[in-house]
Amino acid sequence: MSAPTLTPTRPEPSAPGAALTQRRSRPGEVAFRLAMQSCLVIAFGVLASLLAWVLIKGWNRLDSRLWTEMPTGLTSRLDGAGVQSALVGTLWIISLVAVICLPIGILSAIYLEEYADNTRWYNRLLELNIQNLAGVPSIIFGILGLGIIARALGLGFTVITAAIVLSLLVLPVVIIATREAIRAVPQSIRQASYALGATKWQTVSRQVLPSAVPGIATGSILALSRAIGEAAPLIVLGAVTFITFNPDGLDSAYTALPIQIYTFITRPQAEFAELAAGAIVLLLAIVLVMNSIAIFVRNRFEKRW
Amino acid sequence: MTYQPLHRRPKNESEVRTVNPDTTSRPAVNIAGVGAQPVAGHQPRAAAPVMELSGVSVYYGAYEAVRGTSMPIQEKQITAMIGPSGCGKSTILRSLNRMNDLIPGARVTGSVTYHGQDLYAKDVDPIEVRRRIGMVFQKPNPFPKSIYDNVAYGPRVTGMKVANMDDLVEKALRDAALWDEVKDKLKSSGLSLSGGQQQRLCIARTIAVKPEIILMDEPCSALDPIATAKIEDLMFELSNDYTIVIVTHNMQQAARVSHYTSFFTAEVDEKQERHGRLVEFTNTSKLFTNPTDKRTEDYITGRFG
Amino acid sequence: MTTSTQSAGSVAGNSLRRGRRRPIESIVQVLLVAAALVSIVTTVGIVIALADPTIEFFQQVSLVEFFTTTSWTPTFAQKAYGVLPLVSATLVVTAIALIIAVPIGLGSAIYLSEYAKPATRRVLKPIIELLAGVPTVVYGFVALFALNPLLQKWWPTDNGPGFQNLLIAGIAMGIMIVPTIASISEDSMAAVPRSLREGAYALASTKMQVSTRVVVPAAISGIVAAVVLGVSRAVGETMIVTIAGGLTSDRVVFNPLEGAATMTAFIANISSGDIPVGSLDYDSVFAVGALLFLITFALNAVSIRMVRRFREVYE
Repeated sequence: MSAPTLTPTRPEPSAPGAALTQRRSRPGEVAFRLAMQSCLVIAFGVLASLLAWVLIKGWNRLDSRLWTEMPTGLTSRLDGAGVQSALVGTLWIISLVAVICLPIGILSAIYLEEYADNTRWYNRLLELNIQNLAGVPSIIFGILGLGIIARALGLGFTVITAAIVLSLLVLPVVIIATREAIRAVPQSIRQASYALGATKWQTVSRQVLPSAVPGIATGSILALSRAIGEAAPLIVLGAVTFITFNPDGLDSAYTALPIQIYTFITRPQAEFAELAAGAIVLLLAIVLVMNSIAIFVRNRFEKRW
Repeated sequence: MTYQPLHRRPKNESEVRTVNPDTTSRPAVNIAGVGAQPVAGHQPRAAAPVMELSGVSVYYGAYEAVRGTSMPIQEKQITAMIGPSGCGKSTILRSLNRMNDLIPGARVTGSVTYHGQDLYAKDVDPIEVRRRIGMVFQKPNPFPKSIYDNVAYGPRVTGMKVANMDDLVEKALRDAALWDEVKDKLKSSGLSLSGGQQQRLCIARTIAVKPEIILMDEPCSALDPIATAKIEDLMFELSNDYTIVIVTHNMQQAARVSHYTSFFTAEVDEKQERHGRLVEFTNTSKLFTNPTDKRTEDYITGRFG
Repeated sequence: MTTSTQSAGSVAGNSLRRGRRRPIESIVQVLLVAAALVSIVTTVGIVIALADPTIEFFQQVSLVEFFTTTSWTPTFAQKAYGVLPLVSATLVVTAIALIIAVPIGLGSAIYLSEYAKPATRRVLKPIIELLAGVPTVVYGFVALFALNPLLQKWWPTDNGPGFQNLLIAGIAMGIMIVPTIASISEDSMAAVPRSLREGAYALASTKMQVSTRVVVPAAISGIVAAVVLGVSRAVGETMIVTIAGGLTSDRVVFNPLEGAATMTAFIANISSGDIPVGSLDYDSVFAVGALLFLITFALNAVSIRMVRRFREVYE
């Protein structure tokens, strides 16, 4: 190349030595940052103040009555009312969900991750099916329960029907979380186990699953906590009545916390709102504590390979 | 055995070197004719350096990654930085256009001047700095946008007054020796190109902003020898118009393309912490044939690193 | 497996033939397949549960009447089965929810991913995930008893929002979806490789330019998936609209200050009363359920496809 000429790709004449110190003011930059920041502040502010409002609203009901007394539909008995039957109903349902849903969910995930040949159309269909189920509205599961489980199978409006419906509802959550946890276990661990002569199930049960426990635990707790908060499918399953006794078996009638809250809310008398708020605080305490444990377990114990 | 500078010499050096017959293993890239570049056309000059580092140390938190680096960057020359991994050459490179600002806790002491202005002065705008001092990365990182939009991105964000964007894109792509390969598919994704093409796209993207200096952080380490040869050719072409600083762990590459070379190494201090340190800076042919420091000699002759 | 070489193992006479039975392995396999089939059975069950009454319903109500007439009054003496009022109420609530949730959720995600200090992010991200787990009945409650009274108090004109209305249901639903949209879009922004950001910064981009022109476009399929998931949740959400959205369905309501029943609110309302099995009213629950299922099915398909595309680019 000959003597330097100003070709278009050459630095602009002003560039060398041009002052770097003339900081261009960038008002848009500041405004954008502020806008993004206020989104976060609004999101947290609104959610926090709503939760605080519920706490204040229900403050007078936050005593032992909440779990020692039964619900009522009468304003005159409101003072001595609580949500014991709903709390016990929720505990029944959630224990059953754990028993029904977790084994099925974890075994499904093991099948998909360790056994299924995902070039086969039926396994891909299975996978798509689970992803889709995860997005089906909960009230549709209520319809499933109403049409098939309660009526066609004749299980009626009982604790076991509710538990089966909620188990199916949160099954995808357990499967997806467990699959991710299993997938995170490196292949080298499996190969090492096979190389020592282990069978497939020995490898899965003694090497893969123990390493995946934190992820599976997180997914399981999140799933159970979601099942605790669900009201819509139970409404369709006819759970909206005042039940003043605790369930005593799988075929017992029941109520549950979110359903009881809904029933209080739909009472025209304003006094019920206070009791609803108290019950919400109880429900939130259970759900948020479970979710915190789940998130803590995930962030703390999950191995980074 | 010493590495021969194959065709680049400092432009202000008149001494002519003879080819050392000991050079037995010519790098594979010579197949592509890299070594055949003419050296003519460079005016010897001894201008003030365009950038100057003095006593530059870079810290990550309390950890001093590189200590006390002083060297000049000569205008329209190619300055190479070589050394074993972890010697801080990339860290120093990133301090030249304030990319280290993006790493939380990173801190630079000493002074880096550009046309006499301290890059780290309080009122210097890092974005203005990066407009004048561009960077090409180790792994090609085209945006997931069209080839055209990749090149037009810089002029758009920097608010350059562009009469005709098409012309500017074409010019940048031509200057990056990529135009003939992509002129018919400017609308396809930058990610659809091969690795070497992607890297040239990244170079085109950089020169479209018309910087004065281009920093290259091991630009060929992810590429095959043919693609490497093309980039090296390109660097030589670009040095007519741009000042180039290149980090490489490939000594042959430094010897082939650069006019000046700095050799960095890592020292372990009494606390068993590694610190990068500049050992020697001189013109490339001298560094590779007659290094003054024993450590440089050990490194380039393969006794270390 | 072959037996071409004699086993040199310490156990004499061991061959490499598949002689050994491993009953546990077989049992396990059967169990695993059975478990995996449960989710297939669930979907089949949903389809059967919906299909049978829906078919019966459409034997008495024509598809034309269902999709074109504008009154839905199965519980009135004058019965009408035009689903449009339920659909329009669902659309209005979903639109309001999105208007609130998309900007706030995306803005929060951008701030967390691009601006917040790592320590801030480490604290706030789990809290957002935690808030995504608040039961929806809680949002219904605060919508009815906290937000709507405020809205009525602050409303500038006389004909303000009613006791139940679509606006407040939409607002509450928007608040509910924010954590979901924020969390998933933040995940997808965090997955954008650092090298892209560095490339943009090296071209003298400002932080805003990096965020809006590089990170958001690169994460767009994840962001779209988050929004679609938000839509899907809004369309399928029941408790908020049942509690705060109103029950009117005898005409199409577009005015958000009025109350109107969404598809889910209708299902919840009518099934909490006593309806005789096999009656047209009973079947109408399933017909609306089937429509809801199809809508969310389509939304899920879009979302799944988007997530897949997003994974293809960076994994």
